[in-house]
Amino acid sequence: MSLALVSLVLVMAGLAAYAVLAGADFGAGLWDLTAGGATRGGRIRGMVQRSMSPVWEANHVWLIFVLVVLWTAFPTVFGSVFSTLYVPLFLAIGGIIFRGTAFALRGHATTIGEARVLGATFALASLLVPFCLGAALGGIASGRVPVGNATGDLWSSWLNPTSLTVGVLGVVTGAHLAAVFMAADSVRAGLPDLQRAFRTRALLSGVIAGAVAIGALPVLASDAPDLFAGLDHGGGLACVVVSGLAGAATLGLVAAGRFGAARATAAGAVSAVVAGWAVAQSPYLLAGELTLDQAAAPHATLIAMLVSLGIGAIVLVPSLALLYRLVLNGTLDQEYEPLDQRFKP
Amino acid sequence: MSVVAIVDFLPIAAERVGGALGQTDQQNLLPARELQAMSFIVHIPLVCFGIALPAMFMFVEGLYLRTGNPVYKALAKRWSKVALVLFAVGVVTGTILSFEFGLLWPNFTATFGSVFGLAFALEGISFFVEAIFIAIYVYGWDSLSRGAHFLVGIPVVISGVTGSMTVIAVNGWMNDPGGFDVVGGKVVNPRPFQALFGGNVWHELVHMYLAGYLVVGFLIAGFYGRRWISGRRDLHTRTALVVGLSFAALAAPVQVIVGDWSARTVADNQPVKLASFEGLQQTTKGAPFHLGGYYSKADGGGVKAGVPIPRLLSLLAFHNPNATVKGIDTVPAADRPPVNVVRTSFLTMVSIGTALMALGLFFVAVWWRKGRLPESRWFYRALVAAGPLALLALICGWVTTEVGRQPWVVYGFFRTQQAVTDAGGLWIAFTVMFVVYAALTAATVWLLRRLPSTPARSEAPEAA
Ligand code: HDD
Ligand code: HEM
Ligand code: HEM
Repeated sequence: MSLALVSLVLVMAGLAAYAVLAGADFGAGLWDLTAGGATRGGRIRGMVQRSMSPVWEANHVWLIFVLVVLWTAFPTVFGSVFSTLYVPLFLAIGGIIFRGTAFALRGHATTIGEARVLGATFALASLLVPFCLGAALGGIASGRVPVGNATGDLWSSWLNPTSLTVGVLGVVTGAHLAAVFMAADSVRAGLPDLQRAFRTRALLSGVIAGAVAIGALPVLASDAPDLFAGLDHGGGLACVVVSGLAGAATLGLVAAGRFGAARATAAGAVSAVVAGWAVAQSPYLLAGELTLDQAAAPHATLIAMLVSLGIGAIVLVPSLALLYRLVLNGTLDQEYEPLDQRFKP
Repeated sequence: MSVVAIVDFLPIAAERVGGALGQTDQQNLLPARELQAMSFIVHIPLVCFGIALPAMFMFVEGLYLRTGNPVYKALAKRWSKVALVLFAVGVVTGTILSFEFGLLWPNFTATFGSVFGLAFALEGISFFVEAIFIAIYVYGWDSLSRGAHFLVGIPVVISGVTGSMTVIAVNGWMNDPGGFDVVGGKVVNPRPFQALFGGNVWHELVHMYLAGYLVVGFLIAGFYGRRWISGRRDLHTRTALVVGLSFAALAAPVQVIVGDWSARTVADNQPVKLASFEGLQQTTKGAPFHLGGYYSKADGGGVKAGVPIPRLLSLLAFHNPNATVKGIDTVPAADRPPVNVVRTSFLTMVSIGTALMALGLFFVAVWWRKGRLPESRWFYRALVAAGPLALLALICGWVTTEVGRQPWVVYGFFRTQQAVTDAGGLWIAFTVMFVVYAALTAATVWLLRRLPSTPARSEAPEAA
């Protein structure tokens, strides 16, 4: 494997981790939004607050990781993408600000009114971010980002069939992941009513996500034929198949109430889509414009970066393992409390 | 004082660099700069809390471990919760900055990413570690054993240091670039590690660190000092006040010394920036430093209406009252920064720095001689002002550094106007972001002001 390829694998792995982990945090926002009035929705919202609190910041760092590896290893790709796709990316950062701040502050709200305003902000922003980031990725995948300083089209680069599909897919897969994860959390917390509520949501969102994913194929065939050509054979096809099987398995496991295993298959389904995209597009990073090898930074940079990240991983991997172990074995769990109960005297 | 007649153009950049994404039409320069500056002004106060607050709550937790007194635990717990909220806001505002490297300066990142990017990759690792352990720390207060809990705090402190160190390394590199060659206008042969540890990193790092302690220490001291003087003289208030004040009071005098080190480094690496601190038009032996006044281009250029202190600039920059200081006119007009912005910011920072040093020394003297807190109301009034002033000094310092670097983004090699995006509509983005930041600041300040005064239920049973 060339150094450039290793770097690309890191970018894509970071993207998959972000899509799974942060995607679920965004999805939790959807369930928060649709939970109903303050009293009825209090139980769901309490679970959202409790599940996300210890992990969402670490989950968010995957995005930073993707950006910095991208601009170090593939600087021209970074510059071209960010200058052409600046409208959805600006919208995304607006959403990122509102989502993170409102969520963190809601933990300290002292009246139900404050919690409502902050909660609505958090939830709406949670829809905006995955949609905009998905739309931006759709622009790259469908070959609408040329090399250069804002040389692509301002609007059609992200308002096109592929982008819209990927944006919607980003929102619904996040919702599905969130429901699966929180169903498992509810089992751990011993809350059968929430477990049922999230199980229903997981099944519903899973079916919708599957339908959107299948519907995406004809869209790609007509709007992004080059990408589609990479998906109908070989490695690309394998990824599509794996993703479909993993998605179907998730539905079965959720229906059977085996949420722990469903976490893994749901994560696998999303990661396979990310991998499939990379495989379908190879050898190009910017379709038709820039191949992996043309885009890569000089060797010295790649080596310095990979060595540093390798050393960093020695610290990072055990730390992440510790965090998720403490989360999954309940050490960091706070006492469960429906959100509206906090404000009762 | 004598004017030296040699006009030696500075050895800035043997060869200029062309942008990897081609020429830009630079119509967006102004909104891009303003947006960048605004984003920093929001991010950097939060960063101070990331730097200083973990050390402070760990200190208080150490008191708890030693004495077993639950008041200390309640205080450390509360500060750690504040830190977590501010960390969250720091995370999102930092993310904005990362995006802006592409949204505003795509040609800068495309051209030099292979040189400076490494620092950010290291930063990413640090922030990962910080996010992980601060969460375990805050959510583990009651479920981890005392010793384990204290240990979990240590990586938070360390990763706060390494994270901002790597970012500052990038800024140091922009001001004193190295670690690459230029061949035919192209950046080649990047040596990322060499780029990381150039000449400006070290003073910026130490100066920024102390600034973090000054800002947070004085803000905390002001908050609890007001309570103390209004009669709430319990152990909780007293501990908070003494801890905040001690960190700040000890940092204040050292900050002035480090500031002097910074000035001398700038004198060596960026003479035009140094000349702008004073508004020194011509290269001068035994150069003075003016207090107040303003720089004007009239009559050949110089400071008008200021009070000159003879030879002070030479003393400051080279520790020698007779040293020769290079003037602004050693470079063509197109290579000069906006002098008045740099000069005013610098003067403001230095004035505040001197005042904070006096305040800190006063506290240390009283504590030393009488073994108690000062009683004077004036002292507490000054304390309330000291936090916001330290914050102002911090921002002025960064404006000095960053605007003093203009018109270069990579000093001597690459102009800011070459770096900027060609995408239009930046004023719209600026306006939207202004509103967003205003809402963010208002909401954060509003909720945080309440946090330390309302007894959070989870802490209340133990608090005295
Ligand atoms: C609380 C904040 C604070 C205080 C009291 C001071 N400074 Fe400062 N200063 C900063 C906070 C700061 C900073 C953190 O904002 C900067 C921006 C970049 C850097 O390295 O530190 C800075 C930059 C900065 C620079 C430019 C460095 C460069 O461009 O590389 C100089 C020459 C000084 N300072 C000098 C001083 C002196 C002589 C001070 C005291 C009398 C002083 N500072 C007090
Ligand atoms: C261009 C400049 C900068 C960029 C791109 C940037 C980026 C970021 C990002 C992405 C984060 C969030 C990390 C996370 O996800 O946990 C962050 C937080 C932080 N940044 Fe910055 N930053 C910049 C400037 C600075 C400066 C100048 C400093 C210090 C001197 C600094 C110190 C920190 C610290 C300590 C945090 C931790 C968050 C906190 O404790 O509030 N950053 N920054
Ligand atoms: C240490 C990390 C930092 C990095 C890597 C960094 C990087 C940059 C970059 C890339 C620009 C845009 C190009 C330019 O205008 O030259 C810029 C401009 C600017 N930055 Fe920084 N910066 C850092 C810290 C800060 C901080 C903490 C402040 C605080 C206020 C600040 C204030 C500014 C201002 C005012 C400008 C606009 C200057 C002008 O165009 O006149 N910077 N910085």
